[in-house]
Amino acid sequence: MTKPGAAKLRTVEATKIYETKSGPVNALEAFTVDIHDGEFVCILGPSGCGKTTLLWAMSGLHALTSGQVLLDGEPITGPRPHEIGMIFQEANLLPWRNLRQNIEFPFEIKGTSPDRTRVAGLLEATGLTGFEGAMPRELSGGMQQRASIVRALAQDPAVLLMDEPFGALDAFTRDEMNLLLLELWSETRKTVAFVTHNIGEAIFLADRVVVMTSRPGRLARIYEIDLPRPRTIEMTFEPQFIAQIQEIKRAVEAGGPHALEVE
Amino acid sequence: MNQVPTELRDDIPSFEEKPDSQDRGPIDWTGLTSISTAKSALEIGTIIAVAVAVFFGVEAILRVTDTPTYVFPRPTDVVQTLVADFGSLYAPHLWVTMQEFLIGLAIGSTIGLVLAAVITQKPFVEKVVAPYIIAMVTTPMIALVPFLRLKLGFGLFPIVFAVALASGPMVLINAATGFRRTDLAKIALARSYGASTFQIFRKIRFPLALPMIIVGFMVGSIFGLLTAVGGEMVAASEKGGLGQRLVFFSSLVQMDKFGAVILIIAALGVAIYVLFYFIGKRWASWEA
Repeated sequence: MTKPGAAKLRTVEATKIYETKSGPVNALEAFTVDIHDGEFVCILGPSGCGKTTLLWAMSGLHALTSGQVLLDGEPITGPRPHEIGMIFQEANLLPWRNLRQNIEFPFEIKGTSPDRTRVAGLLEATGLTGFEGAMPRELSGGMQQRASIVRALAQDPAVLLMDEPFGALDAFTRDEMNLLLLELWSETRKTVAFVTHNIGEAIFLADRVVVMTSRPGRLARIYEIDLPRPRTIEMTFEPQFIAQIQEIKRAVEAGGPHALEVE
Repeated sequence: MNQVPTELRDDIPSFEEKPDSQDRGPIDWTGLTSISTAKSALEIGTIIAVAVAVFFGVEAILRVTDTPTYVFPRPTDVVQTLVADFGSLYAPHLWVTMQEFLIGLAIGSTIGLVLAAVITQKPFVEKVVAPYIIAMVTTPMIALVPFLRLKLGFGLFPIVFAVALASGPMVLINAATGFRRTDLAKIALARSYGASTFQIFRKIRFPLALPMIIVGFMVGSIFGLLTAVGGEMVAASEKGGLGQRLVFFSSLVQMDKFGAVILIIAALGVAIYVLFYFIGKRWASWEA
């Protein structure tokens, strides 16, 4: 049930070359993709294919060598804290702050007062109520990542960029997190770009799966996922789901070196 | 519209942690914050029993061997003069040493901390000042005291100056180690919310460096105390000080009073250690 709205976020011929000591690294090459308003797009590719580079360019953290990232048709040239929320690999909580202070960190940076009712609602939805005073090291990996989702959603950004957020979690926790994420997304309908190297995860979450090639990162193919929503873990056992995994896996393998996970 | 931030090096984003050993200063902080404190009554009782045994053991050996008190003071004599003469013989000198130490530490550590923040941001400044810092860390500042005394007069200031010179570089090198820790992901996080360079310093770099800054203050304090006492032994002000008392009492062969001064200095050192232990527990426990 893709909702083709206007292109919320689009990259146009995005190219990024890093100058390293061992010569230039072509991380991203002429990458063009449209992400529509309210759409959940997974960007799938092997490790080191420039997925993170793409996301950092989308967020305005790094400049592109050439090409453009457009948000609502306007080029992004720096961080857009009011429109874009970023969720990082690992939870990236600040270890010297407790959970509440971590969630209030973006408000502090922006100099606004925390939206306490919104935060309380998100804590409730993520099952973190009662842990506000806990330090990050006292929380499990899943709880830390849930806290980082609360931190991003508390800002109510229109676009959510997620960089392999559940990559470090075990398979069970990851399923749980994916379900929670879909639930939150169905309530808020943010535009989501979700980077992963896990095919099953990508299909389970996305409206569309964008497959990237490795070095340089190019657009390989875009797959429409027509699984009905709300999605359940049961669906991942269906032949149709498994067939889709195989299809994508074959396509990637045909394209050369691969490092994709199948679950 | 915002500029692309310069805080983040334009490298391939990598979140790999640096090897742990790089984060460690001259003193292993984890060792400091993980010292266990006595828990049960049995443990506490044993610790006290051993201390009492050592105290009276030394006393007994000195009495049995009939060691003259000018060779080794008896513990009971030391404690007796410490209690009886504290206000008259020791407190004024303790106050002099404390003033030299605290003022010197305040000046030295402030300069060291500010310089650490600057040199870690400006590699060129670091290259220019590094040789002097290394020279200051490796040269015993006590050696400068006679010179400072001649130049700066007979008040407290020459020793204050020496304490600042001894403690400042220690704070500097440790704080610089702390400020050099760059956690790309955390800086990116702050940047993604639009943080300014100053906000990144205050909310990310400084807290990240804080455990090393505390270590720097502890090492600096101990070097400062050493320099204050040693400086007084070499060339004390007209007001004296604990170091000057050490020289004075030993020249009069009043070893019980000498021992009392040693106890006071040792207590100061331990107090510094305990203070920073608790500061570390409060402000840097997230790291241990």
